[in-house]
Amino acid sequence: MQTSTLIIVLLLLSSALYYLGRQRSLTVANGEARKLHSLPSYYGYYAALWCLLPALAILAIWNGFETKVITTLVVNGLPDAVRNVGDAKLGLIVNDIRNLATGGMTSVDPDPAMIAAAKHYADLRGISHAALAVVALVIASIGGFFAWRHIATGHRARNKVESIVKGFLLSSSTLAIFTTVGIVLSVLFEAVRFFNQIPITDFLFGLQWSPQMAIRADQVGSSGAFGVIPLFVGTMLISLIAMVVAAPTGLMAAIYLSEYANRKVRAVVKPMMEILAGIPTVVYGFFAALTVAPFLRDTGGILGLDVSSESALAAGLVMGIMIIPFVSSLSDDVINAVPQAMRDGAYGLGATRSETIRNVIIPAALPGIVGGMLLAVSRAIGETMIVVMAAGLSANLTANPLEAVTTVTVQIVTLLVGDQEFDSPKTLAAFALGLSLFVTTLILNVVALHVVRKYREQYE
Amino acid sequence: MEIAMNTSEAVMSPESTIENGVLAPVRDAVGTPLLAREDARMTCRNVNVYYGEKHAIHDVSLDIGKNEVIAMIGPSGCGKSTFLRCLNRMNDTIDICRVQGQIRIDDQDIYDKSVDVVPLRAQVGMVFQKPNPFPKSIYDNIAYGPRIHGLSNNRTDLDEIVQGSLQKAGLWEEVKDRLDQPGTGLSGGQQQRLCIARAIAVSPEVILMDEPCSALDPIATARIEELIDELRSNFTIAIVTHSMQQAARVSQRTAYFHLGDLVEVGPTEEIFTNPSHKLTEDYITGRFG
Ligand SMILES: Nc1ncnc2c1ncn2[C@@H]1O[C@H](COP(=O)(O)OP(=O)(O)O)[C@@H](O)[C@H]1O
Ligand SMILES: [Mg+2]
Repeated sequence: MQTSTLIIVLLLLSSALYYLGRQRSLTVANGEARKLHSLPSYYGYYAALWCLLPALAILAIWNGFETKVITTLVVNGLPDAVRNVGDAKLGLIVNDIRNLATGGMTSVDPDPAMIAAAKHYADLRGISHAALAVVALVIASIGGFFAWRHIATGHRARNKVESIVKGFLLSSSTLAIFTTVGIVLSVLFEAVRFFNQIPITDFLFGLQWSPQMAIRADQVGSSGAFGVIPLFVGTMLISLIAMVVAAPTGLMAAIYLSEYANRKVRAVVKPMMEILAGIPTVVYGFFAALTVAPFLRDTGGILGLDVSSESALAAGLVMGIMIIPFVSSLSDDVINAVPQAMRDGAYGLGATRSETIRNVIIPAALPGIVGGMLLAVSRAIGETMIVVMAAGLSANLTANPLEAVTTVTVQIVTLLVGDQEFDSPKTLAAFALGLSLFVTTLILNVVALHVVRKYREQYE
Repeated sequence: MEIAMNTSEAVMSPESTIENGVLAPVRDAVGTPLLAREDARMTCRNVNVYYGEKHAIHDVSLDIGKNEVIAMIGPSGCGKSTFLRCLNRMNDTIDICRVQGQIRIDDQDIYDKSVDVVPLRAQVGMVFQKPNPFPKSIYDNIAYGPRIHGLSNNRTDLDEIVQGSLQKAGLWEEVKDRLDQPGTGLSGGQQQRLCIARAIAVSPEVILMDEPCSALDPIATARIEELIDELRSNFTIAIVTHSMQQAARVSQRTAYFHLGDLVEVGPTEEIFTNPSHKLTEDYITGRFG
């Protein structure tokens, strides 16, 4: 039986047990639900869960080990000559056998020994599936039956069902945490492999980035240098330009919207801002590469400046525009959170609107605004698409916004695009970069959240 | 000398005030009782206030005398705050609010186009229901008004203003050693006295107070009431309160508002012992409120 069919059957069985459980609870209470400890439906859920959960657990465990066990059995059944060819080759053979068994393509023409092995494999799989179906259904029935038998007037079904529900909720909430931990660990693991080959000090303090490694000894100019400083300087330069654009514009937009704009203007401008926030970054990338960058180069040409066709300035400007709605909506929230009483107090003393904003509202909202800005910075640092398209790939160590620079994210992308060997420092460098980027934005976010939270407490 | 000018023609019959337990509109039945005063600091004539379509204040005329404390009482939602906020044009900050009629201070109509609200609000200060010190130091809270109005030439002047205001508000002894600490760190009653000091710092002539004690405990309330009594010699005070005892304790005159109408105004003692209007009597004796 297919796994999906089995799951459907189990679901049907457990719904049947729901009705049986409910029915039985009413029977033991002689039809008077008041005599029961819990509502009848809880007895139904109780029986249904006892039917479903153990069977699903068996199903999951079984599927986890099935392939491994069957493969071992098949390999043991192979002729010795085939079996002792080394791990890498054996892996290929096992792959072929699996493909043959499921009717797919193979890398070599199959010989009789392999065809036999494939048949063996298919047989074992058939047996395993049948056995699983039987075991799962038996366990479901036993679980359901005992739960059903257990139902009595004093039985605390509600408490048990609710603790299971609580367990589900808890596991959902830990899922995100475990995923994060998993991601961090996998990146960390690969990064450690990188640092085994390249000293961490060279990585952190090196001023040169050129990850091309010589594959053959006679190749020229490809020694491989993994200094991360030019990348971080490029990232900071672009983020700085972006924030120079986004911070004042976004903040002033937020002030206008929350303090000056009447309802009609708000009703038009706010949704427009949200549309701006919804544009995919790759579209901003086109805009930067095809419109802004050539415009800057031409303008620079007229002014006698040497602007490269891919420049930090183009990427930074467009990224700044992208972040404006982010900054303005965060600031808008914080400004609106300043109590009306603050404004009244200032107006009541004869302060004008701009004095009130400058002297009372902004200082009161400042911690929140700063927090919002830090979140925006971490967004700018992590942004990839615009810089890939508009900032270039050359790792120049420069503070000149008119030159091409590259960023951490762009380098990660270029290191991992195309065919890769996953044990060369060049590829592993991507993980080291990812880790350093992760640590940077993590610190920024923690600081930002801390600042924002501190601000929240102020008016309570 | 006080001149009673009761323009009300139809005095309402007691039965018509409450129909089936629901308050009937009394707008037409209640005229505009007016006590014009010779020593009036502010004079209001035929003031009408609208929130959009809603007519919140009906044709109110009232004088506020020099160095008096006038209390405004009435059931909640009757327009006390709305009327009070007309007196320094705080209603300007509400988009949908429209004010008609005349409100004069020193023979100047404050709703005249030529009048700037900035000096007006320095002249007519305000204290709010909930203490609302700025999240700044105690010193900066008081210094804020003098700074924006350019009242001091140098730091010494400003120090004097700050100290004088805190002294008048009876807060100096409690805070003189921690002027640089945040005003929000004070207790509720201290915060409210800080707000009063902040209002005093710009030397207003009139101080408006909207239920200034409603967020305070009885002891803090008693201190504020004492303070109001002391301030009377230098300022004119209009206070909205929901507590009749408070009105009786601090005010010389009391105005009773009902559903946007000014029903009756007179010496506080008279209003509380011998109200001339049935609605006032019902409110004071606790028939509704
Ligand atoms: N900002 C506003 N917008 C619309 N209606 C308002 C506003 N403020 C007050 N009102 C209405 O005006 C009437 C008087 O309110 P208010 O002056 O606050 O009463 P009080 O202070 O006597 O309790 C109430 O009916 C209230 O609903
Ligand atoms: Mg009020």
